[in-house]
Amino acid sequence: MLMLITLVCGLLFGFGLALSEMTNPAVVIGFLDIFGHWNPSLIIVMAAAVSVSMLGYKISKKQSVPLLADSWSLPTTRLIDRKLLTGSALFGIGWGLSGYCPGPGLTAVINNPQEGIYFVLALVAGSALYQFQNKK
Amino acid sequence: MNHLYNPLLGGLLIGLAAAIYLITSGRVVGISGMLAQSLFNKNKRLPLIFLLGLIIGGSAYGILTQQTTPFPEIRSPWLMILSGLLVGYGTRLGNGCTSGHGVCGLARLSPRSIVATATFISCAIITVLLTH
Repeated sequence: MLMLITLVCGLLFGFGLALSEMTNPAVVIGFLDIFGHWNPSLIIVMAAAVSVSMLGYKISKKQSVPLLADSWSLPTTRLIDRKLLTGSALFGIGWGLSGYCPGPGLTAVINNPQEGIYFVLALVAGSALYQFQNKK
Repeated sequence: MNHLYNPLLGGLLIGLAAAIYLITSGRVVGISGMLAQSLFNKNKRLPLIFLLGLIIGGSAYGILTQQTTPFPEIRSPWLMILSGLLVGYGTRLGNGCTSGHGVCGLARLSPRSIVATATFISCAIITVLLTH
């Protein structure tokens, strides 16, 4: 059951990205280009997504355990450290260069393969580099 | 009106997916984290299924209907590789991306995610300013 719901959530999430044109790097770069031809539509996307997600979080706080799992697996780190800042800065630079963040980048393998294949291979390589640097 | 309705409806769907996933599985939607789990964890079934759904959902809409803004002309593979490496490594080091910190973290009012989101959005804006 949880697998089916997870698939539906993935489909909804992907469909939402495409409908709001987050999957199109031209739109994302237009949003980031606040000093040029600024396209503010992604503020609406973020505000809507955060609001509904917040509602979900409020509901989850009233549950003792998740509906279909034994326990919560939520992020517990509260540290604001150099790792968080450096990592987010590197991510921001990479995002600004192409207009792809991880979700839209994955969809680009189908939507825009001549770019998407290179982006995703490098995305996996970057994640693997971190994994091997930090394995115990 | 599509330029208003589509971002609104799209954002609502993204939030709905994150809310349902949280309430049922007890996990937050974070695409960079799910990718890492799919690649390196033993227990990879759920993240892998989610990402599969994301790719199908995210490409089906574009194939079925006309998008209002055309995609950019194909850019250099080297630019894509540099961008992919920075996004792949950076999201692991910073432990999240636009979904995990941006959507779910902000919804939980996590100070860590607010700082991360402000950092990656400012760096992305500066990068676009310098490269366009």
